[in-house]
Amino acid sequence: MSLFAKDDAHLVTQGEPLLVETACAKLSARNVNVFYGEKHAIKNVTLDINCNEVTALIGPSGCGKSTFLRCLNRMNDTIDTCRVTGTITLDGENIYTPKVDAVYLRTRVGMVFQKPNPFPKSIFENVAYGPRIHGLTSSRSELESVVLTSLERAGLLEEVSDRLHASGISLSGGQQQRLCIARAIAVSPEVILMDEPCSALDPIATAKIEELIDELQHNFTIVIVTHSMQQAARVSQRTAFFHLGELVECGGTEQIFTNPVHRLTQGYITGRFG
Amino acid sequence: MMHNMEHTAHTVKSYDEELALLVNTIAHMGSLAETQLASAVQAVVWRDSDLANHVVASDSRIDELEQEVHKQVMRLLALRQPVAIDLRNIVIGLKISSDLERIADYAANLAKRAVVLNQLPTVKPVAGVPRMARLAQELIQDVLIAYVERDENKAVTTWKRDEEMDEMYISLFRELVTYMMEDPRTITACTHLMFMAKNIERIGDHVTNIAESIHFLIEGTLLRCRRPKRDISA
Repeated sequence: MSLFAKDDAHLVTQGEPLLVETACAKLSARNVNVFYGEKHAIKNVTLDINCNEVTALIGPSGCGKSTFLRCLNRMNDTIDTCRVTGTITLDGENIYTPKVDAVYLRTRVGMVFQKPNPFPKSIFENVAYGPRIHGLTSSRSELESVVLTSLERAGLLEEVSDRLHASGISLSGGQQQRLCIARAIAVSPEVILMDEPCSALDPIATAKIEELIDELQHNFTIVIVTHSMQQAARVSQRTAFFHLGELVECGGTEQIFTNPVHRLTQGYITGRFG
Repeated sequence: MMHNMEHTAHTVKSYDEELALLVNTIAHMGSLAETQLASAVQAVVWRDSDLANHVVASDSRIDELEQEVHKQVMRLLALRQPVAIDLRNIVIGLKISSDLERIADYAANLAKRAVVLNQLPTVKPVAGVPRMARLAQELIQDVLIAYVERDENKAVTTWKRDEEMDEMYISLFRELVTYMMEDPRTITACTHLMFMAKNIERIGDHVTNIAESIHFLIEGTLLRCRRPKRDISA
């Protein structure tokens, strides 16, 4: 029995076309279903992620937004009971065909997690790790240049330039998160997935990450899962609202936060849920 | 239960209380503005200058309430970071309070003219002013009910009825012009009446603004077509 009444059956709303034909879709999910064993975690989600835009995924805990995010670079492959159906394409190419190398896919679709997780290595080595194992650089000087550029783009270089060989773990939480972003962008991904990247950070560190997201969107496509609706409103151009594994509404962020089409969206973002 | 989410309560009750307080303050402002209009016109009909002066003096109370609304709106925006229907509700609160403040200003202006008019001999077209004012009062009452009850149909009906106001204004305007041509000694009194009629007609326009705000609150879009205006000079 569906939670939704008849008029809610077609959940995707008409406010703005979900599939934006004019903007280029970097990632396209079509009829994606995810099962964890018996549990149907994502139900028939169809969603385009546009190039050089920030797309925010919002929704209450357990709505499937993180699960959906993890489908986008096949992070769910690591979970044995997880089964994904439907298609997700990156630049038109299905990422779920057997010939796709998940490790290579993840260099194109990088990820930043909720809790900063730097390797117990130096700041330099944290960032150098990816380019090194993927053989992306051919000389020491090239590697150094990649590391410095990545730290610069992550807005961290100025703060750590005199201690590149200090441990990554010695940094503050906000700096560690920016280090993780530097590490993610060092392998030149095309898409960066962020799973609540600021939830462990104070407001100033959060503001720095949000400023960084603004900067990065010129060169990367970003998908961010956040519990902070204000953050979704501040950083994203498009917002997708998930509820009980279904995509309820996706639209321009301004439209979602001023005049959402769906009642569930309105209930959630205005704090009337449950 | 999910289906009327916009009418269900916030998880945080104090937020609902603050929103309710805002609506109540505005409704209170509205009923005072309507009373001011009623008293001002009563002062014309009864030729009661004391009542007229009382109306003029009472206008400050509505200005105070407008400031109170502004304070509440600032507070809600700063502390609650409202979105969607809550955001629209708070933003239109600001607009509606300005419209009501203007309506009360027009009522005070009517009262000032009543004091002057009371010193002149009565002229016959004076009866047109209370007739217009009765309609204006009705429109104010209806639009306030529509606001408090979030009744979009009532808001749109009120919006359309402003046309009646425009028609009454045009007909009174013509009557006054005719009267002045017939008897130039009435020009002073009739000119005051003409301004009074114009003031009441402007009150109608502010009522339509409020109706448009209510539509925006409920639908999130602007009322599309403009109301047809009968007379571009009106």
